[in-house]
Amino acid sequence: MKPARFEYVAAKTVAEAIDARSSFDDTVILAGGQSLIPMLNYRVAQPDAVIDINRVPGLDTISVDNGAVRVGALVRHRQLELSAEAFAAHPLLREALDNVAHIPIRNRGTICGSIAHADAAAEMPAVLVCLDGFVTAQGSGGERNVPASDLFLFHMTTTLDSDEIITSATFPALPKGSGYAFEELTRRHGDYAVAGICAVITPGPDGNCASASLSACGIAEKPVRLSAVEAALVGTNLSDDAVSAAAALVDDMVTNEDDGAGGRYRRQVARTLITRAVAKACQRAAQGRA
Amino acid sequence: MSKMHVKMTVNGKPVEGLAEPRTLLIHFLREDLNLTGPHIGCDTSHCGACTVDLDGKSVKSCTVFVAQANGAEVTTIEGIANPDGTLHALQEAFREHHGLQCGFCTPGMITRAHRLLQENPNPTEAEIRMGISGNLCRCTGYQNIVKSITAAAEQLASMKEAAE
Amino acid sequence: MATRTFGEPVQRNIDDRLLTGQGHYIDDIDLPSVAHAAFLRSPFARAKITSIDVSAARAHPGVLGVFTCDNIGHIDQDLPLLIPHPCLVGPRTQRPLARGDVYYVGQTVAMVVAVDRYTAEDAVRLIEVDYDPLPVSVELEDAAADGANLVHEDVAGNVAAHFVQNSGDAAAAFARADHVTKITVRVERSTAAPMEGRAVCARWDRITEQLMVWDSTQAPISVRGGLASLFDIDEDRVRVVAPDVGGGFGQKVLFFYPEEVLVPMAAIQLDRPVKWIEDRTENFIGSTQERTQVHTIELAATKDGEVLGLRDFFLHDTGSFIPYGIAIAQVASTSIAGPYRIPNIEVEFKAIYTPTVPVTPYRGCGRPQACFAIERAMDKLAEELGLDRFEVRRRNFIAPDQFPWKREGLLFADGLAVCYDSGEYDTALSKAAEAIGLDRLDEMKADARARGKYLGLGLGFYVEGTGLGPYEGGHVRIHPITGKIYVNTGLSTQGQGHDTVFAQIAADQLGVDPSDVIVVEGDTGAFDWGVATFASRAAVVSGNAIHKAASKAREMVIEAAANMLEAAPGDIELAEGKARISGSDRAVTLAEVATATNPLRYAFNKAAQSATQFAPASKHDGPPLADGKAPGIEVTDYYSPPYSTWAYGCHAALVEVDPALCTVDIRQYVCVHDCGNMINPMIVEGQVIGGMAQGLGGALYEKVQYDQDGNPRNAGFMDFLMPYATEMPKVDIVHMETPSPLNPLGIKGVGEAGTIAVPATIISGIEDALKPLGAGHFHEAPVFPHMIFEKLGGADQAKAS
Repeated sequence: MKPARFEYVAAKTVAEAIDARSSFDDTVILAGGQSLIPMLNYRVAQPDAVIDINRVPGLDTISVDNGAVRVGALVRHRQLELSAEAFAAHPLLREALDNVAHIPIRNRGTICGSIAHADAAAEMPAVLVCLDGFVTAQGSGGERNVPASDLFLFHMTTTLDSDEIITSATFPALPKGSGYAFEELTRRHGDYAVAGICAVITPGPDGNCASASLSACGIAEKPVRLSAVEAALVGTNLSDDAVSAAAALVDDMVTNEDDGAGGRYRRQVARTLITRAVAKACQRAAQGRA
Repeated sequence: MSKMHVKMTVNGKPVEGLAEPRTLLIHFLREDLNLTGPHIGCDTSHCGACTVDLDGKSVKSCTVFVAQANGAEVTTIEGIANPDGTLHALQEAFREHHGLQCGFCTPGMITRAHRLLQENPNPTEAEIRMGISGNLCRCTGYQNIVKSITAAAEQLASMKEAAE
Repeated sequence: MATRTFGEPVQRNIDDRLLTGQGHYIDDIDLPSVAHAAFLRSPFARAKITSIDVSAARAHPGVLGVFTCDNIGHIDQDLPLLIPHPCLVGPRTQRPLARGDVYYVGQTVAMVVAVDRYTAEDAVRLIEVDYDPLPVSVELEDAAADGANLVHEDVAGNVAAHFVQNSGDAAAAFARADHVTKITVRVERSTAAPMEGRAVCARWDRITEQLMVWDSTQAPISVRGGLASLFDIDEDRVRVVAPDVGGGFGQKVLFFYPEEVLVPMAAIQLDRPVKWIEDRTENFIGSTQERTQVHTIELAATKDGEVLGLRDFFLHDTGSFIPYGIAIAQVASTSIAGPYRIPNIEVEFKAIYTPTVPVTPYRGCGRPQACFAIERAMDKLAEELGLDRFEVRRRNFIAPDQFPWKREGLLFADGLAVCYDSGEYDTALSKAAEAIGLDRLDEMKADARARGKYLGLGLGFYVEGTGLGPYEGGHVRIHPITGKIYVNTGLSTQGQGHDTVFAQIAADQLGVDPSDVIVVEGDTGAFDWGVATFASRAAVVSGNAIHKAASKAREMVIEAAANMLEAAPGDIELAEGKARISGSDRAVTLAEVATATNPLRYAFNKAAQSATQFAPASKHDGPPLADGKAPGIEVTDYYSPPYSTWAYGCHAALVEVDPALCTVDIRQYVCVHDCGNMINPMIVEGQVIGGMAQGLGGALYEKVQYDQDGNPRNAGFMDFLMPYATEMPKVDIVHMETPSPLNPLGIKGVGEAGTIAVPATIISGIEDALKPLGAGHFHEAPVFPHMIFEKLGGADQAKAS
């Protein structure tokens, strides 16, 4: 279980990395490497070149702007998790990051790398989807922002061009007065999610649900926005019955059936996590108001 | 395939060598530097037997290319003992509380625990279990490992207090 | 005895080395110009090989040799059938490299030896093999069914063995029973997954014509015998060393693994040291596994719950080959009655070939399956008769005064009758009930309900035949210069702390500190009589052999010291490394005794002067070394158990289920165990809790999965879910010590103990927890969340949260 040979390019600038991407047929970007290197070790990936961006300056910054958090391509999971500034501005991120693998993996793995890897069961892509976030990508055609809704194609595949590199990901601010939660079920602590739910709920002054934003990982071929659930929640009084009824609408979104119960078990898990996440988010919203 | 020149500091000593780009850090440590304390248990980052400290953070050296560690500071189990050669409090505690059996996971486990106690000198049992999850042990059932780390934390705290 | 350490939590001699990264596992052995092997393995569960082309691999730079069945000489043969048994109807063993057919995904087809492992793996991918895939029946029941696809085309029905054993008259018992309980239980396949995979390194010395093999094995002496036999060279010219071994758990006992044979062959052929280090994928597809059995067990009982008879029929999955014979199935079939008297037993099994990784014992070896079957059946019996689970067990326990309890007609894996030696089963059950807080159970259940959870009581009782023969040896010698005690034995250690408990045994006899005893094991160059480490036998068999040898050494020391000190032997006591006249300060050190008993011509040091020919103490009539005497203090002795010792224990757990997520939380876990006298309680506890972690895997997490084509689906640590520290609950241990009457030390084995009862315990707890929801019975292990979901009817339980 050792990697096949490859050319190693230690890019010093993003431009160099983009150039290298077009100089070889099949390239991969090495940031944290926590998903990539096991694949190389297994030889399920045998690229011509590995382009290491770890020595590109300026990609390791976290910037907080009005509650939004932008993380550069080299920001490690653990770095964001421990950032007091990011936590103060956007506590949802830490709650989700706590579920990502184990600490030594989070020490290396990057948020942008996880998004680019696009594992359907990974947490941070689902958070980006929930928040209507976006990534900034650079390629030979220049720089562009790609919204999360247009980014994920299916398991381990994004819509980015083969010469594009994600240079940052931006997680928009939580709405004022909102509450948040990230709830996940894994077989063992740190495993990929059987299902994970990211929820941001904003109650109106009357206590009814003014807006709801939910996404899920693990249940489908990519991280998905739970629009039907959101629509069903808005306007309700967020009672247990209302939330349960809305949560049931996740069923149609659950297409991952590898759990031995033909997807039915995963549906129940998703519903349960939605009810728990919404309850927690409501509680936090209430605390925020108090 | 041309080899690359890599330089780094390992256990406080400057080292260098030639390596193929595909050489993993764990192989460089074991094969080139003869530091055979860290082990290979899975090659896929799941078992933690290869855990080392890289620039002050625990990493699994089976998922880091040696090229990425160029210029870095690395600490392996061979660098954990006290400068005078006596065992570190963690090593002592693992012996006293039978925190190891076959010993294969032990270097990674101690290296990980060593960093954990620097990040959180007074962890609860739950924090210890969480902190070492990612390191598999097939012999001990972890109970004595947790006990060892708890004891070491107490010992280190009392040593620190005595020094102050 | 002044310095008795037996029973003390003595720290381990080996630890300093392992704690500082100075262990010597096979991959740590750095031999000059060592080459590295990698293997091409079958991608099909069953196929005919139509062609193999190795030309590109052979031409690849850095490649030193490429081997297929056509260029490995006379080792191209079926590997040994290690444990023959008359009931084997179609025994088949594997060839080192496939010839014509492959029988499981992972079977070795070709070997590349190259300058490094990376290059060897590059070249493996250049080998082109054409396969003609054949249809397969992968699941055990499918493979056993009429018309199944055959694994070996000449073995009808895939039946490798068929065996029936009877004790008493089961038919008569069933005829007069008031009640019969019948259940079918299924236990799934698992794997030992030691943290260090298998590993072999070999060097052929042309000058001495000696083959040196470092093997990460539990059975160095047996490996040596096999290699000498396969290579047709004298045993004395093969030396096998098991250095530090990173866990074994049965997987490293003996299969005759292809790599164990091929790596030495390559070292001889290439005249260069060769090393092979198994990677994790290989460990999942190329190293043996165990556990799949389906039991249909029936209990014939009186209305009061006394079990009069037991019938058990089971299928045992042996994988694609059966080199280890019926050992696992035999252990299961003879452990099936557990701690209960049950005087009439009929047990029958069929060992079935499936096109999967071959099966050999994994820690527990048939006992977890037997325990799961009988304990789940006892719970069902209690339920059907309206009796308490504890009470129905009490009514059937073998009482302390009923030992030895013989099950005439049942032969254990050592070929001897099953005969339980001692135990206090009722006490163990009571201690478990007390420790788990049985009197507060209703309160705990109500508390869980208030949190939306369901709590249940898990209960499992196990017995374990340990310390099988045939024998092991112990060699004890006092070094004349240092006075240190050298102890050798033939088996090897994989982390159990043998070196420390063996040192304690010898130290107690000779009055020294255990740290002054140097134990060498796992080296056929040091001691080459014996068998291997398996079946919880090392402490019992080697331990007692060492005890016997050390006792004789003690007598020799006392006799010699009495001579030297001109005292009566009865007045000599041994303590602190000296032989002393009781109540005086007149003493000689063990080094002096060892020196004085070795008549010398040359004095290498001051102590040795007293043993040379002109020293006063050397005055003697007749020859310096009297007829029949050997020089120094050196004894070899052996211990061969009359039959196995039977350890036992009782586990209890509070198991909480989240009915919505169908997850299981172990709130409390109690283990009462009794392995006879404990040499070192710290090590015993380590063995028990470590075994329980593997038991937890078998209860809730670990299952080796194959798809319908026989492809492994989870051959790695990402998907084969071994517990991390976050999954393993804290365990409360209660020790009991009922001595075994069978051996001088009164000990029983403990290596496998922890593993056996965990699935029965946790899964019975899940069943108990979900009774209020009408979930029914849980008769499969492991239990995964989706199975709980299905038992709950797949209904919408989300509201229950």
